[in-house]
Amino acid sequence: MSSQAQLLPGTLDLLILKAVSLGPLHGYGVLLRIGQISGQALLIEQGALYPALFRLVRQGVLKASWGVSENNRRAKFYELTALGRKRLREEADGWNRLAAAMGAALAAHPEEV
Amino acid sequence: MRLLAYLRSLTARLFRRSKLEDEMNEELRSHIQHRADDLERCGLSRGEAERCARIEFGGEVRFKEESREALGGRFIDTLVQDARYSLRVLRKSPGFTITAVVTLALAIGANAVVFGVLNGLILRPLNVPQEQDLYMIERERGDGMLSYPDYLDVRDRNRSFDGLAAYTLDLAGLDTGDNPVRAWVYEVSGNYFDVLRIQPHLGRLIHASDEHGAGSAPYIVLTYAYWHTHFQDDRRVVGRVVQLNKHPFTIIGVAPPGFYGTLMFFSPDFFVPLVNHGQVSGTTVLGSDFLNKRGTRWVFMSLGHLKAGVAPGRAIADLNAIGSYLEKTYPKDDGHVNFGLASPGFYGNRLGPPLRAFVTGLMLLAALILLAACANLGSLFAARAADRSREVALRLALGAGRTRILRSLLTEALLISLMGGGFGLWGSVALLRGLSVWQPFARFPLNIPVDADANVYGAALVLAVVSGILFGLVPVRQVLRVNPYQIVKAGAAGVTGRRVTARDLLLVAQIAICAVLVTSSMVAVRGLVRSLHSNFGFEPRNAMLMEIDLNMAGYGGDALPAMQQRIIHSMELIPGVESVGLIDETPLFGGGSTALVYTDQTIDLGPAHAVARSQIYSVSPEYFHAAGTILLAGRTFSWHDDENSPRVAVVNREFARKIFGSAAKAMGRYYKRGNGTRLQVVGIVEDGKYAALTEDPRPAMFVPFLQAPSTESSLVVRSKRDPQQLAWAMRNQLLALDAALPAYLSTWDKELDLALFPSRMATLSLGVLGAMGAMLAITGIFAMAAYSVSKRLKEFGIRMALGARRQEILQAALGRACKLLALGSAAGLILGILASQVLASIVYTATPRDPLVLAAVVVAMVLLGLAATWIPAHRALSLDPLALLREE
Repeated sequence: MSSQAQLLPGTLDLLILKAVSLGPLHGYGVLLRIGQISGQALLIEQGALYPALFRLVRQGVLKASWGVSENNRRAKFYELTALGRKRLREEADGWNRLAAAMGAALAAHPEEV
Repeated sequence: MRLLAYLRSLTARLFRRSKLEDEMNEELRSHIQHRADDLERCGLSRGEAERCARIEFGGEVRFKEESREALGGRFIDTLVQDARYSLRVLRKSPGFTITAVVTLALAIGANAVVFGVLNGLILRPLNVPQEQDLYMIERERGDGMLSYPDYLDVRDRNRSFDGLAAYTLDLAGLDTGDNPVRAWVYEVSGNYFDVLRIQPHLGRLIHASDEHGAGSAPYIVLTYAYWHTHFQDDRRVVGRVVQLNKHPFTIIGVAPPGFYGTLMFFSPDFFVPLVNHGQVSGTTVLGSDFLNKRGTRWVFMSLGHLKAGVAPGRAIADLNAIGSYLEKTYPKDDGHVNFGLASPGFYGNRLGPPLRAFVTGLMLLAALILLAACANLGSLFAARAADRSREVALRLALGAGRTRILRSLLTEALLISLMGGGFGLWGSVALLRGLSVWQPFARFPLNIPVDADANVYGAALVLAVVSGILFGLVPVRQVLRVNPYQIVKAGAAGVTGRRVTARDLLLVAQIAICAVLVTSSMVAVRGLVRSLHSNFGFEPRNAMLMEIDLNMAGYGGDALPAMQQRIIHSMELIPGVESVGLIDETPLFGGGSTALVYTDQTIDLGPAHAVARSQIYSVSPEYFHAAGTILLAGRTFSWHDDENSPRVAVVNREFARKIFGSAAKAMGRYYKRGNGTRLQVVGIVEDGKYAALTEDPRPAMFVPFLQAPSTESSLVVRSKRDPQQLAWAMRNQLLALDAALPAYLSTWDKELDLALFPSRMATLSLGVLGAMGAMLAITGIFAMAAYSVSKRLKEFGIRMALGARRQEILQAALGRACKLLALGSAAGLILGILASQVLASIVYTATPRDPLVLAAVVVAMVLLGLAATWIPAHRALSLDPLALLREE
């Protein structure tokens, strides 16, 4: 069984918000951060990140500004807005509830029924 | 909040498009650099690292595309991009583009023209306020003529109309100080303008208070158009006194622009009061008083608005009550009538329903043509989509979304349809404008108010967009099914359907319709050509007509026949003139006058006892010779057949047959007319055409003009001289006799235009429809053949490589199209022959049983098939099997 898991649809946005909430990041940095915090278990197609980033900026949950990266290259940095923080809280709660429910459901034994 | 952000982003996208694009590119570049930095740190060379980073990144074009989408403001962006792309693609295949645009231009143009006519004639025919409850009274179906006393009774006794107006048409000579001119006049009742709720443009209009008995209101109200062309918009014209038929009339006002009277197609020059009918029509000079004759029905139309709340049914009952009162009170003059109501614009039920049916039919036909054109273009598009399946597959593989590809195909279709619609509209506007100012008859003021307005422009735009979407959607399924992997690997699938599809049936139907139209137009053309050389009962070649109304110069009583004789003699003096005749109204112009005929034994001369209704003409002794009418038996008239001698008549063969049994029995016998006159038949002439070219033989009688005086006189001058010189000489002779007598001159051939007009129009419209049908059939066959060739290109390549002959390839490529063509043509030819029976009622001597017609139809259809299959056949034959097999 592969050690990497396929992303569920809709979870990319949540991951991005979480990654950015830990500190401003540029696009490539977001990728690295997600890899790091998920223990390299989640696979994200690199190009697919950008449409999601632009969508989040348009929704007003992220804001972007140009800066200089640790490699001394020009890069665009993303950080959460107030709206973004609220969204992250709500979606994280929702995800946790779902995950708990799914976990409980899948852990059920025949004798419990 | 979100909306605001979206809008901001949208405007930003629109106004700072390139800046955002640059930023996005830079960001993606920065990403790849960062990744490459990491890879480099793992030990790869810089170049290798960058290559790897780019590969890892994935389909850059697709992600950019998605990113742009995510950024908002995509719609207009994509549209511009698609339009640019489509233009480029269309420019690459000019043959396809031109075919499609021309097809659509014709189809949409036809629709716009027909809609313009519908709009002008049916949707808003008369330009008067509250037209919808304006009705005319019909005595019987298609006839609204009343006598003046009857009109007055109906006007005063009815309780249904909000005022009842009346008018009649006439021709009069107007003298404003220069040469007198002939002018068309509406004689209107005093309340006419008030009933119609028309306000003057200048001065005042005629009112009921102007009427104080016969000849009491010598006033003229000019139409705006006549004021504009003949009085140069001179505002001082009000109050001016002019001579009308030698009687002084005062111009009191000008009608508003856009008011053309209350009869479609026919716009008068000015209006005069009906009470002055005697002076305008010349009945005064003949000593008869039409205003008081209850038995003579000459008031052309009575019309008015129904009172609020009065239904047409109740109004008819009201009118019929008046009708039975008239029948009881005046049994000698008024028989039983069944009144009816009709809309006045097209002279009630005589013109209205057939015209409405005609235009509606045309509209349906035009819509069908457009639909069929869309279907054909759809096939053509499908063929193109099949050709381009490799391109589509590549675009899909490179990351374009299916919706995006569909959108660009649709943009292409819309571009074509808008171009086609534009050209079509441009042509139709020009055509409608031409139609509006069209004057096919020199002596009638024709008025067809069909200029294009906003409605027409709107309709054309809607049609263009709808048809673009219609045919643009045809290849959608095809594109949705495309599997890029399969196609790039294996080339377009060579599936060939063998079953009969709806598209095949449509094509056969189109070809059949095209063949029907081609057949009927050929039949019509042949009929028209033949009818130009048929026997009219007179010889129109080498004859000049001069139409005058002696009333216009005030001749009456004894002065009238004397003047007519002087004119005839002076014309005879012109060198080169063979003979000169005079007739009150030439045959085949309008309906002519008719009279009831009774046998000699009949005592009670009521309408019910008549044996026939006959045409009646009043002619001079030399008329038959000058007109070329052949005398079969007996004699023509002499100058001694005057008012002092016994009443005589020359009748045609049909008259003799119908009244007396045969020509031989008729000679020397007597018959009676409704007024009690007893006439002796002294001669018999050949039958002719009197009211219409397509009529069945009808009885006609000719009486000496000295015994039946008429101020209207048409001179028939037979001469082989050049018509222009002859006309000039005739005009000079007339001027020498009386300079104040306006005349209308033309060759008799040209005068027949009026009689030939319906058949000419039928032939023309059939020709146009035939051309449309041919265009449809061509695009249909072309699309089908092109489609089948491009679908089977690979198969043909293999066959050729294996040694198939060109003939076999052609058969495989075009066999199906040719079979459909043959099938459709045969069906169409048969249907066309059947349909031509109907044509015979419009076009004189039209017959489908004509080998020339049949041959011409077959040749036309073969040519059409050749034209349509030429390009696909060429393509199939010029295949290079090697190149093709390598490519596929």
